[in-house]
Amino acid sequence: MKALLMMGCPELPVQTAVALYIANKLNGEGFEVTAAGNKAAISLLLNSDPEKHYIKKVMDLDRCIGALAEKKMDFDLCFVFIHSDSGISYLATVKSLSKAKTVAVIFGKEIEPLIEGSAGSIIIASKAVHNPMPLRAQIDGVKSWAVLTK
Amino acid sequence: MNYEILLPNSSFRECADFIKKNFKEVYYVPAGYRIFDSYIIGVPPIPVAVEGDDVILPYTKPCHGCFVLRIPGKEEVERVRKGK
Repeated sequence: MKALLMMGCPELPVQTAVALYIANKLNGEGFEVTAAGNKAAISLLLNSDPEKHYIKKVMDLDRCIGALAEKKMDFDLCFVFIHSDSGISYLATVKSLSKAKTVAVIFGKEIEPLIEGSAGSIIIASKAVHNPMPLRAQIDGVKSWAVLTK
Repeated sequence: MNYEILLPNSSFRECADFIKKNFKEVYYVPAGYRIFDSYIIGVPPIPVAVEGDDVILPYTKPCHGCFVLRIPGKEEVERVRKGK
Protein backbone atom coordinates (compact mmCIF):
# COMPACT_ATOMS: atom_id res chain seq x y z
CA MET A 1 0.00 0.00 0.00
CA LYS A 2 1.24 3.45 -0.89
CA ALA A 3 0.32 6.72 0.76
CA LEU A 4 1.05 10.29 -0.26
CA LEU A 5 1.22 13.27 2.09
CA MET A 6 0.66 16.32 -0.08
CA MET A 7 1.90 19.28 1.92
CA GLY A 8 0.66 22.84 1.57
CA CYS A 9 2.47 26.07 2.32
CA PRO A 10 4.35 25.48 5.61
CA GLU A 11 3.43 28.86 7.14
CA LEU A 12 1.28 27.18 9.82
CA PRO A 13 3.47 25.26 12.30
CA VAL A 14 0.93 22.51 12.89
CA GLN A 15 1.41 21.06 9.40
CA THR A 16 4.84 19.48 9.92
CA ALA A 17 3.91 17.96 13.29
CA VAL A 18 0.70 16.44 11.94
CA ALA A 19 2.42 15.12 8.82
CA LEU A 20 5.00 13.30 10.92
CA TYR A 21 2.28 11.96 13.20
CA ILE A 22 0.25 10.62 10.27
CA ALA A 23 3.40 9.17 8.67
CA ASN A 24 4.11 7.27 11.88
CA LYS A 25 0.59 5.82 11.90
CA LEU A 26 0.84 4.83 8.24
CA ASN A 27 4.28 3.26 8.68
CA GLY A 28 2.83 1.17 11.50
CA GLU A 29 0.20 -0.18 9.13
CA GLY A 30 2.76 -1.05 6.49
CA PHE A 31 2.22 1.86 4.10
CA GLU A 32 5.06 3.11 1.95
CA VAL A 33 4.85 6.85 2.66
CA THR A 34 5.90 9.63 0.28
CA ALA A 35 5.73 13.31 1.23
CA ALA A 36 5.40 15.91 -1.51
CA GLY A 37 5.73 19.62 -0.98
CA ASN A 38 7.55 22.74 -1.96
CA LYS A 39 11.15 23.22 -0.90
CA ALA A 40 10.29 24.84 2.44
CA ALA A 41 7.70 22.23 3.43
CA ILE A 42 10.07 19.36 2.63
CA SER A 43 12.95 21.07 4.40
CA LEU A 44 10.88 21.39 7.58
CA LEU A 45 9.98 17.70 7.43
CA LEU A 46 13.53 16.51 6.85
CA ASN A 47 14.94 18.76 9.55
CA SER A 48 12.37 17.38 11.98
CA ASP A 49 13.12 13.78 10.97
CA PRO A 50 16.80 13.82 9.99
CA GLU A 51 17.24 10.06 10.10
CA LYS A 52 14.03 9.48 8.15
CA HIS A 53 12.34 7.40 10.80
CA TYR A 54 8.93 8.65 9.70
CA ILE A 55 9.32 10.11 6.22
CA LYS A 56 11.14 7.66 3.98
CA LYS A 57 10.67 9.39 0.66
CA VAL A 58 10.13 13.00 -0.38
CA MET A 59 9.50 14.70 -3.68
CA ASP A 60 8.91 18.11 -5.13
CA LEU A 61 5.23 19.04 -5.32
CA ASP A 62 5.27 20.04 -9.01
CA ARG A 63 7.10 16.83 -9.93
CA CYS A 64 4.54 14.84 -7.97
CA ILE A 65 1.62 16.44 -9.83
CA GLY A 66 3.43 15.82 -13.11
CA ALA A 67 4.02 12.15 -12.30
CA LEU A 68 0.37 11.69 -11.32
CA ALA A 69 -0.80 13.45 -14.48
CA GLU A 70 1.49 11.35 -16.68
CA LYS A 71 0.35 8.17 -14.85
CA LYS A 72 3.94 7.38 -13.86
CA MET A 73 2.92 6.73 -10.26
CA ASP A 74 -0.15 6.46 -8.10
CA PHE A 75 -1.16 5.92 -4.50
CA ASP A 76 -3.83 4.10 -2.51
CA LEU A 77 -4.32 6.88 0.01
CA CYS A 78 -3.57 10.58 -0.28
CA PHE A 79 -3.62 13.11 2.56
CA VAL A 80 -3.89 16.68 1.29
CA PHE A 81 -2.98 19.37 3.84
CA ILE A 82 -5.32 22.32 3.49
CA HIS A 83 -5.34 25.68 5.22
CA SER A 84 -6.14 27.93 2.27
CA ASP A 85 -7.94 27.98 -1.05
CA SER A 86 -4.83 26.62 -2.78
CA GLY A 87 -5.19 23.42 -0.80
CA ILE A 88 -8.70 22.91 -2.19
CA SER A 89 -7.29 23.26 -5.72
CA TYR A 90 -4.61 20.66 -5.00
CA LEU A 91 -7.20 18.30 -3.50
CA ALA A 92 -9.44 18.63 -6.57
CA THR A 93 -6.44 18.00 -8.82
CA VAL A 94 -5.39 14.87 -6.93
CA LYS A 95 -8.97 13.59 -7.07
CA SER A 96 -8.94 14.05 -10.83
CA LEU A 97 -5.56 12.44 -11.42
CA SER A 98 -5.38 9.62 -8.91
CA LYS A 99 -7.36 6.56 -7.90
CA ALA A 100 -6.32 7.20 -4.28
CA LYS A 101 -8.84 7.60 -1.53
CA THR A 102 -8.39 11.21 -0.44
CA VAL A 103 -8.20 12.57 3.08
CA ALA A 104 -8.47 16.34 3.56
CA VAL A 105 -6.45 17.44 6.60
CA ILE A 106 -7.89 20.88 7.28
CA PHE A 107 -6.50 23.38 9.78
CA GLY A 108 -6.00 27.11 10.26
CA LYS A 109 -8.33 29.80 11.59
CA GLU A 110 -11.17 29.71 9.06
CA ILE A 111 -11.85 26.07 8.33
CA GLU A 112 -15.57 26.11 7.43
CA PRO A 113 -15.21 27.08 3.74
CA LEU A 114 -12.36 24.61 3.43
CA ILE A 115 -14.51 21.79 4.83
CA GLU A 116 -17.23 22.76 2.35
CA GLY A 117 -14.75 22.66 -0.51
CA SER A 118 -13.51 19.21 0.47
CA ALA A 119 -16.79 17.35 -0.05
CA GLY A 120 -16.23 13.81 -1.27
CA SER A 121 -13.07 13.28 0.77
CA ILE A 122 -12.60 11.97 4.29
CA ILE A 123 -12.24 15.05 6.45
CA ILE A 124 -9.93 15.57 9.41
CA ALA A 125 -10.49 19.17 10.47
CA SER A 126 -9.80 21.44 13.39
CA LYS A 127 -9.16 25.12 14.07
CA ALA A 128 -5.48 24.63 14.70
CA VAL A 129 -2.45 26.80 14.04
CA HIS A 130 0.18 25.90 16.64
CA ASN A 131 -1.42 23.08 18.60
CA PRO A 132 -1.62 19.72 16.81
CA MET A 133 -3.58 17.97 19.59
CA PRO A 134 -7.13 18.51 18.19
CA LEU A 135 -6.08 17.10 14.83
CA ARG A 136 -4.17 14.31 16.50
CA ALA A 137 -7.30 13.31 18.42
CA GLN A 138 -9.22 12.99 15.16
CA ILE A 139 -6.43 11.02 13.51
CA ASP A 140 -6.42 8.66 16.49
CA GLY A 141 -10.15 8.19 15.98
CA VAL A 142 -9.41 6.29 12.77
CA LYS A 143 -8.57 2.75 13.81
CA SER A 144 -7.19 1.65 10.44
CA TRP A 145 -6.19 3.68 7.39
CA ALA A 146 -5.53 0.52 5.42
CA VAL A 147 -9.22 -0.42 5.59
CA LEU A 148 -10.06 2.75 3.67
CA THR A 149 -8.06 1.60 0.68
CA LYS A 150 -10.10 -1.59 0.23
CA MET B 1 8.99 32.04 -19.05
CA ASN B 2 7.63 35.30 -20.39
CA TYR B 3 4.28 36.06 -18.71
CA GLU B 4 2.02 38.86 -17.56
CA ILE B 5 0.01 38.70 -14.33
CA LEU B 6 -3.57 39.75 -15.04
CA LEU B 7 -4.96 38.92 -11.58
CA PRO B 8 -2.69 38.35 -8.56
CA ASN B 9 -3.14 36.42 -5.28
CA SER B 10 -6.76 35.38 -5.59
CA SER B 11 -8.85 32.30 -4.99
CA PHE B 12 -9.17 29.72 -7.75
CA ARG B 13 -12.84 30.61 -8.20
CA GLU B 14 -12.04 34.31 -8.59
CA CYS B 15 -9.46 33.45 -11.23
CA ALA B 16 -11.85 31.14 -13.08
CA ASP B 17 -14.58 33.81 -13.02
CA PHE B 18 -12.11 36.44 -14.22
CA ILE B 19 -11.18 34.33 -17.25
CA LYS B 20 -14.80 33.52 -18.09
CA LYS B 21 -15.87 37.15 -17.73
CA ASN B 22 -13.06 38.88 -19.58
CA PHE B 23 -12.33 36.65 -22.58
CA LYS B 24 -14.46 35.54 -25.49
CA GLU B 25 -12.67 32.37 -26.52
CA VAL B 26 -12.70 30.11 -23.47
CA TYR B 27 -12.03 26.37 -23.37
CA TYR B 28 -12.33 23.98 -20.46
CA VAL B 29 -9.55 21.58 -19.52
CA PRO B 30 -9.21 18.89 -16.84
CA ALA B 31 -7.10 19.34 -13.69
CA GLY B 32 -3.50 18.38 -14.37
CA TYR B 33 -3.72 19.56 -18.01
CA ARG B 34 -0.17 20.00 -19.28
CA ILE B 35 0.68 23.38 -20.76
CA PHE B 36 3.98 25.30 -21.01
CA ASP B 37 5.73 22.35 -19.30
CA SER B 38 3.53 22.83 -16.25
CA TYR B 39 0.34 21.17 -14.99
CA ILE B 40 -2.74 23.22 -14.22
CA ILE B 41 -3.90 22.93 -10.61
CA GLY B 42 -7.54 23.65 -9.88
CA VAL B 43 -11.12 22.56 -9.56
CA PRO B 44 -12.32 21.14 -12.89
CA PRO B 45 -13.60 22.09 -15.38
CA ILE B 46 -10.83 24.70 -15.56
CA PRO B 47 -11.30 27.66 -17.92
CA VAL B 48 -8.39 28.52 -20.20
CA ALA B 49 -8.76 31.39 -22.68
CA VAL B 50 -6.92 32.16 -25.86
CA GLU B 51 -6.52 35.62 -27.37
CA GLY B 52 -4.31 36.21 -30.38
CA ASP B 53 -1.12 34.23 -29.77
CA ASP B 54 -1.58 34.24 -25.98
CA VAL B 55 -2.96 31.68 -23.55
CA ILE B 56 -4.71 32.97 -20.41
CA LEU B 57 -4.79 30.48 -17.57
CA PRO B 58 -5.12 30.10 -13.79
CA TYR B 59 -1.84 29.30 -12.02
CA THR B 60 -1.84 28.05 -8.43
CA LYS B 61 1.06 28.00 -5.97
CA PRO B 62 0.74 26.64 -2.41
CA CYS B 63 1.95 29.76 -0.63
CA HIS B 64 0.65 32.48 -2.92
CA GLY B 65 -2.84 31.46 -4.01
CA CYS B 66 -4.01 31.58 -7.58
CA PHE B 67 -3.03 34.00 -10.35
CA VAL B 68 -4.35 34.60 -13.84
CA LEU B 69 -1.43 34.64 -16.25
CA ARG B 70 -1.19 35.67 -19.88
CA ILE B 71 1.57 33.71 -21.63
CA PRO B 72 2.52 34.01 -25.30
CA GLY B 73 2.67 30.67 -27.11
CA LYS B 74 1.31 30.08 -30.59
CA GLU B 75 1.72 26.29 -30.44
CA GLU B 76 -0.05 26.04 -27.10
CA VAL B 77 -2.87 28.24 -28.40
CA GLU B 78 -3.43 25.77 -31.24
CA ARG B 79 -3.25 22.80 -28.89
CA VAL B 80 -5.86 24.31 -26.56
CA ARG B 81 -8.12 25.07 -29.54
CA LYS B 82 -7.85 21.49 -30.76
CA GLY B 83 -8.63 20.17 -27.27
CA LYS B 84 -5.42 18.14 -27.09
